[in-house]
Amino acid sequence: MSWWQRLVRRRQMEEQLDRELRFHLDERIADLMARGHDSAEARRLARLELGGPEQVKEECRDARGTRGLEDLWQDFRYTLRTMRQKLGFTAVTLGTLALGIAATTVMFTVIDGVLLKPLPYRQPDRLVRVWEQTSWSTHMGNLWTLTYPNFLDCQRESSSLDLAGWRYFSGGTVSKPGEPENVNGILVSSNLFSVLGVTLSRGRAFRSDEDRPGAPPVAIISYGLWQRRFGGNPAAIGMQMVLEEKPYTVIGITPASFRLLGDEEDVFTLLGQNSDPRLQNRAIHGIQGVGRLNPGVTTAQARTELALIGRHLEEQFPKSNKGRIFITEPLHVNVDDVKSTLWLLLGAVSLVLLIACANIASLLLARAVSRERELAMRVALGAGRARLTRQCLTESAVLGLSGGLLGILVAVGGIGPFVAFWPGELPRAEEIQLNWQVLLFALGVSLACGLLFGLAPALRAPTGQLEQALRAGGRTVGASSRRLHSGFVICEIALAVVLLVSAGMLGRTLLRLASLDPGVNVHNLLTARTALAPSTLTNPARTRAAWQDTLDRARRVPGVQAAAIVDTVPMREGNNEIGYWTTPAEPPENQQPQASATSVTPDYLKVMGITLRQGRFFDDQDRLGNEGVVVIDDVMAQQAFGGRNVLGQHLWIGMGSDPVRVVGVVDHVRYWGPAGDDQAKVRAQLYYPFAQVPDQLLRRWSELMSIAVRTDVAPLSVAEPLRHAVSAATGDQVIYEVRTMEHLAAASLALHRFLLLLFGIFAGLALLLACLGIYGVLAYLTSRRVPEIGVRVALGATATDVVRLVLRQSLGMVAVGIGLGLAASLAAGRAIGRLVQGVQSTGLATFAVMAVVLVVAALIASFLPARRASRVDPISALRQE
Amino acid sequence: MPPKSDLPQGTLDLLILKVVALGPMHGYAIAQRLQQVSRDVVQVPQGSLYPALHRLENRGLLAADWKESGTGREAKFYRLTRKGRAALETEAASWQRLTEAIGLILGMSERTAQ
Repeated sequence: MSWWQRLVRRRQMEEQLDRELRFHLDERIADLMARGHDSAEARRLARLELGGPEQVKEECRDARGTRGLEDLWQDFRYTLRTMRQKLGFTAVTLGTLALGIAATTVMFTVIDGVLLKPLPYRQPDRLVRVWEQTSWSTHMGNLWTLTYPNFLDCQRESSSLDLAGWRYFSGGTVSKPGEPENVNGILVSSNLFSVLGVTLSRGRAFRSDEDRPGAPPVAIISYGLWQRRFGGNPAAIGMQMVLEEKPYTVIGITPASFRLLGDEEDVFTLLGQNSDPRLQNRAIHGIQGVGRLNPGVTTAQARTELALIGRHLEEQFPKSNKGRIFITEPLHVNVDDVKSTLWLLLGAVSLVLLIACANIASLLLARAVSRERELAMRVALGAGRARLTRQCLTESAVLGLSGGLLGILVAVGGIGPFVAFWPGELPRAEEIQLNWQVLLFALGVSLACGLLFGLAPALRAPTGQLEQALRAGGRTVGASSRRLHSGFVICEIALAVVLLVSAGMLGRTLLRLASLDPGVNVHNLLTARTALAPSTLTNPARTRAAWQDTLDRARRVPGVQAAAIVDTVPMREGNNEIGYWTTPAEPPENQQPQASATSVTPDYLKVMGITLRQGRFFDDQDRLGNEGVVVIDDVMAQQAFGGRNVLGQHLWIGMGSDPVRVVGVVDHVRYWGPAGDDQAKVRAQLYYPFAQVPDQLLRRWSELMSIAVRTDVAPLSVAEPLRHAVSAATGDQVIYEVRTMEHLAAASLALHRFLLLLFGIFAGLALLLACLGIYGVLAYLTSRRVPEIGVRVALGATATDVVRLVLRQSLGMVAVGIGLGLAASLAAGRAIGRLVQGVQSTGLATFAVMAVVLVVAALIASFLPARRASRVDPISALRQE
Repeated sequence: MPPKSDLPQGTLDLLILKVVALGPMHGYAIAQRLQQVSRDVVQVPQGSLYPALHRLENRGLLAADWKESGTGREAKFYRLTRKGRAALETEAASWQRLTEAIGLILGMSERTAQ
C-alpha cells in the first residue's frame, strides 16, 4: 500500500469513527428526551455517560494496533512540513551532512575495496602463502621465497594442500606479431589458475604434462595484451607469439579483471619449460608459493606437514636446506604502502563528519529551545514525554537519512575521480566499487548522525514545571541549555584544531622536503629502461658491444649532452642491496653492513650532476681484467671507514672473492626520495663500473639496465629521437618507462602533496563549520539575552561594554576548545608522524599559528552578533519584557 | 452517574461477543442490550465499549458494515465472524468452568465454616 492510500484510508477511518460516536450520542439523546428530559439536559447526560469524545477516539485508535506506524507517519509528515517551511535551515543542514557523509562514504568504499574485501579468487579463505623460514634472520627477516627444487618437492610431498608457484621477472620483448614491445611476464606452475580458482576467459589452462623441459612451448596472455596485440581477435588462440626470440603458442587468455595479488602480468609461461640453470639450484630463491588447502584440512595441519617436509629435505640436502622449514601465511595483497594513508584519511573525514554533526546538533538545539513553549503546550494538551522525544528523534532521523541519501549520491560521483586522483598506484583499484556493505555503512552512519544530533534536543522535551515553561518559554535560556550549546561549540573548535594542526604539520613537512637537495640535478635529465635486442644477449662480448653501441647512438641524438647506462635510478622503483665488509674474513650474512649498489658507465656522474668529493670517478680503463674499483658516497665513507683516509681502502663485496679498491667519494643521493631517505634502512651507496660486471652475470644485469641522458633542451623532447636512435640498431631493441627526473622527484612527494591537499580542504571545511557554529550559537544566545542587555544598557553600559560581554562569552568557549584541541592534536600529530614518511613532530610554531587562525576566525564569527547586541534599544527591549 | 461496573478483565469482550451473536447490531444497541439482559446490574461504561469493539474488529472476531438503522440513519453494524464464534464458544466454556470452580470453592469454604 503506497503512502497516499494509507493517507486516504486513515482519513476515512477517522471520519467513520467520528460518525459512529455521533450516532451513539444522537441515539442516546433521543432516548433520554423520550424519557422526558429536555434537550439540553439530555445532551449533557449523554455526553457525561460517554466521556470525553477525544479520549474515546484516542483509545479506539490505540485499539486498532497500528498506532506506532501512524504516529511515525504523522511525525514524518510534520518533519517534512517543517523542513519545507525552513528552507534555509534545511539546505544548510542537509548540505553539511551530505558533504560529510559523501566524504566518509568515498573513503570507506576505497578502504572496503582495497583493504577489507576478500581477494577475488574462489574461496579465498582456503588459500595460503607458502614461504621458506630459516632459524636465523638476515636484515630482510627470516622469510624466503622458495627455491624451485624445494617447491617441486613440497608440491609432490604435500597431501594437505595443492601448491602452485610463480617467479617474477621473466618478461621481455615480444617481437611478433606486431611492433616490438617490452612486456611483464612471469613463470608459473601449470596449476596456478586452478589453485586460485580462476577460469580463463578464452582458451584453456596449462596441462601438467606441459610443465616439463622439452614440451612444446605454450603461453597464456592477459586480456590487456590480447586486446593490445591481437585486437581482441578470438583467433589469437593457437597463434604464435615470439617472446625473447622464442616462439610460443598462445593457448589461453585471462579474464579482464584477473590480477595476481594485485599485479597485472602480461605473459604467463611455464616454470618447467624454462631452461634457466638457476631454477635447478636448490640455493637460489625466487619462487612465490600459494597453496589451496584440501577439503577438511586446517591451516595448522598444513603447517605441521610442511614443517615435516622441511625437516626431511634438511636431512637430504644439509648444505642448502640447513635450518629451513616451510610455513604458511594468510594470503593477502601487499597494501602496506596505502593502508596507513587510507585509515588516516578515513580518520580525517570522520572528524569533519563529527564537526558537521556538532554543528547541526547546536542548530537543532537552538530550534528546540525556541520551541519549548510549543512543546509545553503539547504536554498540557496530553502529549506524553515519550511521544515528544520520539517526535524529535523522528525529525533528526529523517534529516540524517535524507542527508545520507544525498551524500551517497554525491559519493557515487566522487569515487571515480578520487581513485583517479590518487598519486601513484592504488592496489586493487579495480575492485573499488559501491556495494551493499558500503551502502549499509553509509545509511548506518547517517542514521547514527541523525540520532547523535537529535539526542540533545530530544532529551530536552519538557517534563515538569509546565507553567514555568509556558510563562517564560521563548524568552530566557536555562543554564543547562547554555552549557550544552557551549559544549557543541567547544567540540567543533577542538576538532577543527586537530585538523588544522595536522594540515599545518603536513604543509611544513612538504615545504621542508621540497627544499632538500636530492643530491642529483633533476633538471634536463631523462631516464628510460632499455631492453637490448634478445639476439645480442647470447654472448657477453656481443652484449657489451651492444651497450656501447646504444650509448654511442644516444650521445649522437641532438640535444643530448651526455649519456650513461645505469641499473637502478634514484627515486624510481627497484634497488640492489648488497652486504660488504672491510677485512678479508667474510662475516656471517646477517652481520654484514648493507649498501645500495649501482652499476654505472663512466659518464654517470656528469649525467646525474652528482658532486665528486674526493678521488676520481670511473673511466674506460676500469673494465674486466683491470683492478676492481668502486666509488662510495659520504654516508658509506663514514659508515665503513669513519670518513678518514677513504681513498685506496679495500672493500669486499659479495660479487667476487677479490677485494675492490675505493677510488672516489661522491655526495649522498636521496635515493629513496626526499621523504623516505632519512628513515631508509639502507642509506650507504656504492657505485661500481658496469664494465666490471662478470660475464656470468651480464645477461641478468642487461635485463635491468636503463639509459640516462642529460640534455640541453627540454628532456621530453628528446624522448622520441632517443627511441628511434636506440631501436634503429636491430629493430627489436626498445626503451620503455621513459621518465624525466623531475617527474620522478615530484612523484616521490606526490603522496605528501595529495595528503596536504585533502587535509587542507578538510581543515578549511572544519574551520568554516566551526565559525558557522560559533556564529549560530552566539546569535541565538545573544538574541535570548536582549532583555538582559536592555537592562544593562539602561543602567549605563556602553556599546563597547556590550560587545565585550558577548566576545568574552565567545572567547571563553574558543579558549577551552583550543586547549582541548591542542591536547588532541598532540596525539594526532604522533599518529601522522608514524603513518607518513618524513613528518617530524611539530614545533610550537604550527600550534601557535593554528591557534591564532582559529581565534581570529572565531572573533570574526562572533563580531556580528556582538555588534547586533550592542545596538539593542533599551526601551524596546524592556517593553518586550 | 451510576457507579462503574466491576467487570473482570476480558469479560466485556465475552459479553459483547455473546450479544452480537444474536444478530448484527450497532454500538448503541449493543450497549442497550447489555444493560437490559443484565437487568441493570452490569453498567457498561460507554467510554470503554467502543475501544473494545474496535479491538475485537481489529482481531478479526467482529466484522462491521455500514447499514441503515431503524431510525433511518446510517450506523455501523457489527456482526460475529466465524473466528469470533469459535472464540465465543471457547471463552464461554472456560468462563463456565471458572465459575463452577469458584462456586465449588465458595461452597466448600461455607461447609468448613459450619
